[in-house]
Amino acid sequence: MQDKDKTRRKVLIGLTSAVGISGLPFAATPFIAAWNPSAKAKAAGAPVKLDVSKMMYGQQIQVAWRKQPVFIVRHTKESIANLKLNLPKLADPNSDEIIEPYKGMNPSRSKSPEYSVFSGVCSHLGCAPKYYPEVEPKPWDATWNGGFFCPCHGSMFDIVGRVFKGVPAPTNLTVPPHMFEGTILTIGEDKEL
Amino acid sequence: MFGIASKLFSWVNDRLPIVNTFERHLSKHPVPSKVNFWYLFGALAAVTLIIQIVTGIWLIMPYSNTEEQAFSSIEYIMRDVDYGWVIRYMHTTGASLFFAVVYLHMFRGLLYGSYQKPKELVWIFGCTIYLAMMAEGFLGYVLPYGQMSYWGAQVIISLFGAIPYIGESLELWVRGDYYISGITVSRFFALHVVALPLILIALVFLHLVALHEVGAGNPEGVDIEEHLDDDGVPLDSVPFFPYKVLNAMVAIGVFGVVFSIIMFFFPEGGGYFIEMANFEKANPLVTPDHIAPVWYYAPFYTMLRAIPDPLGGLIVMASAVAIFFIVPWLDRSKVASIRYKGIYSKIAITLFGVSFLTLGYLGTVGVTEVRKTMSVICTVIYFAYFLLMPIYTKYEKTKEVPERL
Repeated sequence: MQDKDKTRRKVLIGLTSAVGISGLPFAATPFIAAWNPSAKAKAAGAPVKLDVSKMMYGQQIQVAWRKQPVFIVRHTKESIANLKLNLPKLADPNSDEIIEPYKGMNPSRSKSPEYSVFSGVCSHLGCAPKYYPEVEPKPWDATWNGGFFCPCHGSMFDIVGRVFKGVPAPTNLTVPPHMFEGTILTIGEDKEL
Repeated sequence: MFGIASKLFSWVNDRLPIVNTFERHLSKHPVPSKVNFWYLFGALAAVTLIIQIVTGIWLIMPYSNTEEQAFSSIEYIMRDVDYGWVIRYMHTTGASLFFAVVYLHMFRGLLYGSYQKPKELVWIFGCTIYLAMMAEGFLGYVLPYGQMSYWGAQVIISLFGAIPYIGESLELWVRGDYYISGITVSRFFALHVVALPLILIALVFLHLVALHEVGAGNPEGVDIEEHLDDDGVPLDSVPFFPYKVLNAMVAIGVFGVVFSIIMFFFPEGGGYFIEMANFEKANPLVTPDHIAPVWYYAPFYTMLRAIPDPLGGLIVMASAVAIFFIVPWLDRSKVASIRYKGIYSKIAITLFGVSFLTLGYLGTVGVTEVRKTMSVICTVIYFAYFLLMPIYTKYEKTKEVPERL
């Protein structure tokens, strides 16, 4: 084979390969896209509504939004006042490290001064922290002022979901978009946002 | 009659290399004449793989991969399907013992330098098999959709979320839903029963082909290819069939007894093989008080927990597995076997073994301050074993390896 032919063959091989390779992303698209949440899954992940006026003071409830626990805490005046006791223990008291939708609006971190609404999924590895509102010594903290303790890896949060220093969880618990219409709380949607 | 059979055989053999393959890979395949029990775990791993495939096929039949049915279909297998409990316990026991024999097989590799030139590819295929097994085991554990399936998967899938920028969308993409739902279970099912077994079988094939190309090692680290007879067969070798096959049969018999004792009397393995929380249906709103991985992931889970930052934990955990791949290039020793290596290598592998077992123990129990410190120390020892290997294997005094086995 002549040198001219060899070059010709190289060019042809190069071009065919280039065309073939450029087709790969197109061929891969349906296989990758089929793993996205389906229309049905997206519909099931729609916002949830509930009436929070029946909650007792100091009570914590959880609702499932997208099957994930969202914690709602109704605060008393004392528990809001007690928030400052935990300030030295907090890693990020102003939620600068995360995207905080209602930053600086209320000490409760939500759109209402009385209720806190935040994710019940530990920012470490996704467990559900447990609510211990009592102000009393606990095995994990001798000066416990009430808050959340994660049984999985020992992360601690205050009653509005802010993370303590020196625990595995890196960030505060996130506040989902929500809105109050009277006493009706909608989680997963905020018309003002 | 016999004439027809032999004619038929040669008709087939002329078209399919039966005799050739049998001779090349079995009856004439030379293997070292002196090895010890450490060399049996490869065969046991092969047997376990076959058990997993057969029981797996039978489990697919009554299993249902939907959110509503997955958990109850396991109960159905256990209670209503004739001998369903045997098949399921065979599969769960098989999974744990598969890891047990593979860990021993890998440790053999580290002990006797089974990764040294020219066996690097055999080792790399083996490491890839281990990686595929870890994925396979994890996916399989999610399928019963019990509490530990759910929360274990939650922890593992969150690891993707620790990757910067793309993490959260990657998590959503892996789950295909906003939580671990039936959608996730059915895609894990497809991967567990089709995709990964195909990959595993292909890798095992490559592992064996590469092994037969370069030849098996021995505990002395003697290169048997150095002394050949007139036919080019190593003097210190015996044919694989029947010597090694019959040898392995004994091991398989013993293994079968151990297997049966576990399967019939301790199928849950005291909560280490099947965790108690998994007898409860998955509930996304309630975390079990104590989340622990199955024992075979425990060492790596401890490393993940030892690092406060999830991304750091993920990197450490992934490196702990990835580092096995480069062992052939970390070991700078002139000798292969621990028998002829120096004192540093012996100390290093002992510390490594102890730290690996300690990490495993720590992964199955809750966290305290002391245990956290211990897990950090053991993680450091684990990595030091590998990262210091180029130094201590190069500068230590080794013993003279004999000429013959």
